[in-house]
Amino acid sequence: MGVEQKLGNMGVVTTTLESVVNWGRTNAMWPMLFGLACCAIEMMSAQSSSYDMSRFGMELMRASPRQSDLMIVAGRVSRKMAPVLRRLYDQMPEPKWVIAMGDCASCGGVFNNYAILQGVDEVVPVDVYVAGCPPRPEALIHGVMTLYEKVKADKFVPTQDK
Amino acid sequence: MEAKLEPIVKTLQAKFGGSFEEFRGEVHYFIQPAQIVEALTLLRDQHQFELLSAQTAVDYWPQTSPRFHVIYQLSSLAQNITLQLRVPVNGDSPTVPTATGVFDSANWRERELLDMFGIQFEGHPDPRRILMPEDSDGHPLRKDYPLGYEEPQFTFNFEDIDLRKPYAKE
Repeated sequence: MGVEQKLGNMGVVTTTLESVVNWGRTNAMWPMLFGLACCAIEMMSAQSSSYDMSRFGMELMRASPRQSDLMIVAGRVSRKMAPVLRRLYDQMPEPKWVIAMGDCASCGGVFNNYAILQGVDEVVPVDVYVAGCPPRPEALIHGVMTLYEKVKADKFVPTQDK
Repeated sequence: MEAKLEPIVKTLQAKFGGSFEEFRGEVHYFIQPAQIVEALTLLRDQHQFELLSAQTAVDYWPQTSPRFHVIYQLSSLAQNITLQLRVPVNGDSPTVPTATGVFDSANWRERELLDMFGIQFEGHPDPRRILMPEDSDGHPLRKDYPLGYEEPQFTFNFEDIDLRKPYAKE
C-alpha cells in the first residue's frame, strides 16, 4: 500500500507472493488425460468448443504425467488398474491435484463388486469429487472451479492447526 | 437334432458312452474329464470341428452336484454345425486335463477359467491368473463368492464406514 501511494500511478501493484503464485497455478492448470470410461466422453466435450474449458486456462490435456499438475480420474478404476493410477500420480511433479470425476471414481458407483476400486481415494488423495453418472461438462468445470478456490486458499507456510 | 450331427453323436456314444441333452437345436454332450482330450482330438481330426469357439464353465452350486460344468463349444465351419461338450467336475479344486494340446486357443480360456472358477487344468503350459490381479483371493464367478464388495454408505452408517475406509496417504 505504502509504496503505491509514494510512487504514484506508475503501474505498480503490490500483493503477497502466495496469492500471485496461486493465481498463476489456477490459470494454467494442465490436466492429465486419464479417461477410463464413459466419463471421459463428458471430459472431452468439456474441452470442446461448446463448453470450452480453455476459458479457464485448461486448454492443454497432457498425455504425460510429467507435464501435468492435475489428474482428472474420469471413470471406474479396476483393481488391476489401481497400481498404474498410483504410479502415474507419483510421476506427476509437485504441486499436484486430483479430481475424482463421476460416481465410480468417487465411491465405486454402481459397481459394488470385486473388480472395481471403491473410490480412487483408496489409492490417491482426492481434492475434489464431482458427482454424476456421468457428470455433465458444466459439473466438471464447476469441479475445476471448486479446485481453483481450494488452490487460491493454499498457504505456503503450514498453519498451526495443521 | 441337426441331421449332420446325429452320426457324430452316435459315434461319440459308441466310443465314450456318455449321454446328451438337446435344447432348441443345441446338443450338449456329457463326457468324463479323463476322456475330454481324446474326444476333442477325435472331433477335430475325424469330424472337421476345426474351431473351439468357446470354452467356459458354469457353477450350479448349490442345486446340482457335480457343481461345475466345463463347456467346450466346437464349431465346424465346413459343415456349419456346432456341438457342445460338457465336463461335470466337483470339489474345491476341480481338475480337468488341458485342451491346449488340441486347440491352441484354449490357453487363455483355461487361464480365465482358472481365474474365475478355480478349475485346474492339468498340463497347462502357463497356469497363471489372467483377469484378476496376481495377489487377489478367491474365484469371483463361483456362486459362493460374496456378491457386494463394500457395505453401501447411508446417513445412519456413514461415519462407521468412513472410519474403516482405507484412504490413501499423500
